[in-house]
Amino acid sequence: MKKKITSPWDLEILRESIKENRVSGKPCVSVCCGTGCMASGALEVLSSFKSLLKQKGLDFQLDTKLTGCHGFCEQGPLVVITPGDILYCRVQEEDVEEIIEKTIIKDEIIERLSYVEPVSGKQIIKEHDVPFYKKQYRLLMANNGKLVPTEIEDYMALGGYSALKKVLENMTPKQVISEIKTSNLRGRGGGGFPTGVKWQSCFNAPGDPKYLICNADEGDPGCFQDRSILEGNPHSVLEGMIIGAYAVGANQGYIYVRREYPLAIENFGQAIEQAKEYGLLGEGIMGMDFNFNVKINRGGGAFVCGESSASIASIEGKVGEPRDKHTHATEKGLWDKPTVLNNVKTWATVPIIMEKGAEWFASIGTEKSKGTMIFSLTGKVNNTGLAEVPMGMSLRELVFDIGGGVPNGKKLKAVQTGGPSGGCIPENLLDLPVDYEKLSEAGSMMGSGGLIVMDEDTCMVDVAKYFLSFTKDESCGSCFSCREGITRMQEMIDDITRGKSSLEQLELLKELAQVVKDTSMCGLGQTCGNPILSTIRYFEEEYLAHIVEKKCPAGVCRDLISFSIDSELCTGCGRCLKNCPVEAIQGEKKEPHVILEDQCTKCGICREVCKFDAVIKI
Amino acid sequence: MKVDLTKIDQMIDKYSSEEDVPYISILQDINDEYRYLPEEALHRVSKKLAVSMSQLYSLATFYKCFSLVPKGKHEVQVCMGTACHVRGAPRILEKVCQGFKVSPGKTSEDGEFSLETVNCVGACALGPLVVMDGKYHGKLTLNKIGKLMGGYHEKEDN
Amino acid sequence: MINMSLNGIDVSVEKGTTLLEAARFYGIEIPTLCYNEGLSPYGACRLCLVEIGPPERSRLVSSCTYRAREGLIVRTGTKRVLKSIRLLIELYLATCPSSKVIQDLASKYHVTSVRFHQKHEDCILCGLCVRMCDEQMQANAIGFVHRGGNRLVGTPYNKKSDDCRYCGACMYICPACQARCQGPQEESGVCNACLNLSPPCLDNFDAMMCYMDPCVACEQGIDRKPKK
Repeated sequence: MKKKITSPWDLEILRESIKENRVSGKPCVSVCCGTGCMASGALEVLSSFKSLLKQKGLDFQLDTKLTGCHGFCEQGPLVVITPGDILYCRVQEEDVEEIIEKTIIKDEIIERLSYVEPVSGKQIIKEHDVPFYKKQYRLLMANNGKLVPTEIEDYMALGGYSALKKVLENMTPKQVISEIKTSNLRGRGGGGFPTGVKWQSCFNAPGDPKYLICNADEGDPGCFQDRSILEGNPHSVLEGMIIGAYAVGANQGYIYVRREYPLAIENFGQAIEQAKEYGLLGEGIMGMDFNFNVKINRGGGAFVCGESSASIASIEGKVGEPRDKHTHATEKGLWDKPTVLNNVKTWATVPIIMEKGAEWFASIGTEKSKGTMIFSLTGKVNNTGLAEVPMGMSLRELVFDIGGGVPNGKKLKAVQTGGPSGGCIPENLLDLPVDYEKLSEAGSMMGSGGLIVMDEDTCMVDVAKYFLSFTKDESCGSCFSCREGITRMQEMIDDITRGKSSLEQLELLKELAQVVKDTSMCGLGQTCGNPILSTIRYFEEEYLAHIVEKKCPAGVCRDLISFSIDSELCTGCGRCLKNCPVEAIQGEKKEPHVILEDQCTKCGICREVCKFDAVIKI
Repeated sequence: MKVDLTKIDQMIDKYSSEEDVPYISILQDINDEYRYLPEEALHRVSKKLAVSMSQLYSLATFYKCFSLVPKGKHEVQVCMGTACHVRGAPRILEKVCQGFKVSPGKTSEDGEFSLETVNCVGACALGPLVVMDGKYHGKLTLNKIGKLMGGYHEKEDN
Repeated sequence: MINMSLNGIDVSVEKGTTLLEAARFYGIEIPTLCYNEGLSPYGACRLCLVEIGPPERSRLVSSCTYRAREGLIVRTGTKRVLKSIRLLIELYLATCPSSKVIQDLASKYHVTSVRFHQKHEDCILCGLCVRMCDEQMQANAIGFVHRGGNRLVGTPYNKKSDDCRYCGACMYICPACQARCQGPQEESGVCNACLNLSPPCLDNFDAMMCYMDPCVACEQGIDRKPKK
């Protein structure tokens, strides 16, 4: 049983005793156990470290640590050895023995496991020298690689819960709200609504009890920063929520987590239990007259529940249909009571602001967008991962300096931000600084920070179609313009990708996208036209190629391409013939093969399996 | 599978102390237990909590986490997130459908495989990606997924 | 009382009044499909759109769900509103042409052609029947099933519901299945017969029957296809 913290002073005593019990400078092997690394075998690496160190009798001289996501997912599983800050990438079980023998015992670097910069080919040994991290400004992600997410003591040793202590000890709720207002923090869930204003209006609203919600229903495809924070540093989110509850006067909080994130649910659940044990949640927090509890709500698997009113409906146990937002949730939210709802990143930012001060926070970023933003760099980019940067950094820096550019020497075509609600930004606008306003002007949006890089092999019409099929599936279907509008738009764009459309239909598509945007009830409908409008705006010639010339320049849309075999390159190995799922390839052994066009489904398997590049796409 | 009504009652009772009964959580628990929502179980919840069947049915069909039909022995999820999409997820899906003889959202006739498409599992560095019985398989090519599925078929044969 | 500006006129309405109620009270017509006075507003059909706020920052909202606020500027028949309503009616026609209510709206708003691929569905998912069954009949026998493009109205497991008392209220209130328009052309989906100055029903009756709700000519299934 842990001793409850009954006063702010207690916390400091506890922190000191935790620090004392830890030998400083003890060597440590940290293995990143974010979902990405875990999927590549990080847990096996960790357990093999543990057992081998024990075998060799080194386990008392060395710590092994399971940490949260470092963000550099492309190179996972990551292993960092301190002191020395040595980074090893793509470590597998069989490498562990060598690491112990060479690096830990003899202090040698194993070159083949070090990171090699894709553009310059330079080898980089220390984690903080990796260009991917160098240009970042890590506030929220700072501790992700340093602490064990399932141990509250680790968080405390790094200064955790001192923001809460500061708030409870010295500040009134009004002061907290005014501090958040001064910091100009804006909601990180996508809308960018000023957090302080939201809190103030919930504080002012009559009604009791008041509720607090953390929205972790991160549904944007290609986004995983909320997941990483919840998995890697759950206490930072919890601390933010407790401070928020104190500020607005809420006693009950909910966190609405996506069901696809089992590890996040588990780690956050443990965080709640640990905080309860120490009296940081529950009755009389830190001995003050302040009670707060948090419940976890597993999401049901509906993207629309990222919309605040829909997630509220879902927590209430209803179908996740958005309500008309004519009365704000801060006045009538969960069970018609005043409710303040913020995204994971927003909550995690709160302790940092309280700790370091609003002015300091407001000095980061652009005039209207303050602080940092975490982007999920994904798609056709060398360094897939999470990049936290100050607002206002240009997309070019993000994609090329941090992301390491496009793989295989391909040309960058567009960058998609904001998920299904966002838009595609073409190469020539890459110098755009990212903040809420600039992205909206370019026809896209910040969203929750997805940033998907597309190269010349990506068909923009196909991308628009992809997002429509996503929103069609995820729309709740209650309002006509969204439900029927998306269905129709998808049919029309499908016609385009089949070469069965006309210029009149393209005009109608634009008109419809605009009207759906204008007339739908909730955010999903109001933004589902963005992918279409932005791709038509910047890549109209690609649409025209599909419509007029009946060609797909990127070679993606199946009805507009065909495959054939170059008889000079074909050796007649029979690999394509064996792999063709529809028996559309014929040929004798060691003779050039042919593709029967009327049977070919254009799946492209033959092209992928051919070792001689003899299958050509026209 | 036979539905044990006392077990269902226990699941309901777990939440009944709460002011506002979280129907979704109860249904999730039932779904976790049976890997789908048996009709008898829905009727029981409806009766015990005096909530209409149509309301429960609306919930059960709205949220993707529920299934109204029994799931296959192996659950296969193909990630269709944007990052996976631009790296070729549609072709992986096609291959999985062919190999396991199942279409998205359905269970194969032999009851072995249930296939689901998910809109991003948040492991974009590994795309395209398939989750088989909770285990992630990333950076797939058509060859790799073929081998992976081959492994499953062998398991079945033994 | 709450004071606001409605189409440039200063009006005052009681607290809690929706913009739709306010507009109708002042004699301004606003089309609706999913609204019924006896049921809770739902905002699903999106036809009752009005433009609110100062012109440079205005937006469209559904008037049936938006409540009057002090100082609000409301305009009901702006270009933006009409353009949106017309396109939505065109979409309704392309989806469910045999509803007389929808055909009447098309005539009223001069929607004379459909540019979308023609479908023939019966339900527009306005949800009147679901709310009727729940709120007025307290039966809760029918509800929405599935979501997004697959959404439909039905009973659990598509079986006869034990909760249904066969009262017929759902059918009574339905704007799509109650009054059937017999006139839409197979290809274009438009009837527009009521728009015609000499509608075919004049051949059988002394007067245009469309003022009757539902239209007697339509009810009796008299062939209303325009004469060639």
